[in-house]
Amino acid sequence: MTEPLIRARGLTKTYGDFIAVDGIDFDVAKGESFGLLGPNGAGKSTTMRIIGATSVRTSGTLTILGKDPEVNGPQIRAHLGVVPQQDNLDNELTVSENIYIYGRYFGLSSSFINKKIPELLEFAQLEEKKDVKAQALSGGMKRRLTIARSLVSEPDILMLDEPTTGLDPQARHILWDRLFRLKEQGVTLIITTHYMDEAEQLCDRLVVMDKGKIMAEDSPAKLIKDYSTKEVLEVRFGSDRNQEMVDVLRPLAERIEVLPDRILLYAEDGEQILERIAAKGIHPNTSLVRRSSLEDVFLRLTGRTLVE
Amino acid sequence: MSSNIRKVSKYGSFHVAEARIRNMVKWTGIILFAAVVNPALYLVSIGIGVGSLIDANNGVNGVSYLTFLAPALLASAAIQGSSDEVIFPVMDGFKWNRTFFGMRSTPITARQISLGIFIAAMVRTFVSVVIYWVILYLFGALESDTAWLAIPAALLAGAAMGAVMLALAAKIENENFFFTLVGRFVMIPMFLFSGTFYPLTQMPIYLQFFGWISPLWHATELGRYLTYDYPLSGLRLFTHISVLAIMIVVGLFLSARIFDKRLEK
Repeated sequence: MTEPLIRARGLTKTYGDFIAVDGIDFDVAKGESFGLLGPNGAGKSTTMRIIGATSVRTSGTLTILGKDPEVNGPQIRAHLGVVPQQDNLDNELTVSENIYIYGRYFGLSSSFINKKIPELLEFAQLEEKKDVKAQALSGGMKRRLTIARSLVSEPDILMLDEPTTGLDPQARHILWDRLFRLKEQGVTLIITTHYMDEAEQLCDRLVVMDKGKIMAEDSPAKLIKDYSTKEVLEVRFGSDRNQEMVDVLRPLAERIEVLPDRILLYAEDGEQILERIAAKGIHPNTSLVRRSSLEDVFLRLTGRTLVE
Repeated sequence: MSSNIRKVSKYGSFHVAEARIRNMVKWTGIILFAAVVNPALYLVSIGIGVGSLIDANNGVNGVSYLTFLAPALLASAAIQGSSDEVIFPVMDGFKWNRTFFGMRSTPITARQISLGIFIAAMVRTFVSVVIYWVILYLFGALESDTAWLAIPAALLAGAAMGAVMLALAAKIENENFFFTLVGRFVMIPMFLFSGTFYPLTQMPIYLQFFGWISPLWHATELGRYLTYDYPLSGLRLFTHISVLAIMIVVGLFLSARIFDKRLEK
């Protein structure tokens, strides 16, 4: 196997008594799309800042492109494209100027950047907005501009922290499409998200994080296979009755989870369970059979839902 | 990849300054308007208004009141300009738009960001000071052959205050507190107690203290020495320049450290 682009061993970050990242190990290979999935506060963004060579780890070892970020911060950052959780565009400058100045921070020549700008504007579908101030853009457009900007230096690794949080569904899908293209071009992506659908769509491999630790690591499909059943039956009896139904339902499924608003029954065949419930003369207010998702994996691993 | 890390490590601050100057260019009209109107208002009201009374009493230090006032006004304009041009970008960069965090995720270092903001502020200050100087000249406030030397003296004051403000604005994260502190308890008292409108020695000794710690007073003394026959001993001259130089060095040094710490989070 070739040397991984990123290798972390026992990576730890503490703020006083608080342990944000608790001794995690992972490798990221070239061309891979690697995800960090977990709820808010799981330590994903802290991990990203450490990889991004802006935050210094408390202990453990970390090499990025064969270098230590503590020693070679600027050299490593020269190879990274960073899309932070909160956009930090220069709102007074135009769309084109934002890309231009960002390219300058990488020491790129004006002529190189000016050649690159039309290409990036096209990628971000912002050609029409090139002379508009960044502050006049919609949330989705700002996000796309932030991504376009991060690509100006042709990075080896693109890091996206919660890329679609706060966007409407349409804007999310446009963004996913753009990111998928990058993945096809062989750009190494590191993505944090608390959306399971995003992780399933974009990540080849992911780690599930909770409270600073890695709970599981694999491809989305494999994680679902290992930690959940093929299907899930969701039934609702109304908040008062959910709890009293649990004992009756428990023997019917491989596993059962009770959430405040619904009961999840894990099984290979959800319809079959539903029929057996009906056969007992029990009729839930609503029922839904769906395939297992990373949400179920997370619930299994931590006993909590991702978005609380 | 195509980035040029050697170039960034050398010229990174200038790239930051370039971005700031592009920002300022959007405000050219307002900046120029302020650079012309502010001095004009001061010169008419105080320079000519108050000045006519004082000149009827033989002026100050043996020169006209306008000549006496000119270096002080120029230095205070430099201080105002450089302070504004560091304070707002620092608030914006750390908090309002978080642009510094964007810069920091490139090969640019925290020290280069702080220095870049300072450089850009000094470019703006230079422009403002030159415009102010031309207006003073047109008002006849600059009589001597060495009158142009008031410009470097004022720039030194702007640099000293700019460097200190850069550190302070980065250090104090609560902007309401910062603006109250700086506006009410730094800028206005400094303007009033730095021997701007009258020689500092007119004040009782315990109030002269404010002048001694004020970059405005040191630069004004320097400016007066350079623009007319205002007597200043070698030691005094050395002290004025040293105080301003120390403020620049210490301010920039602390800024780099504070920026580094705040951007590391």
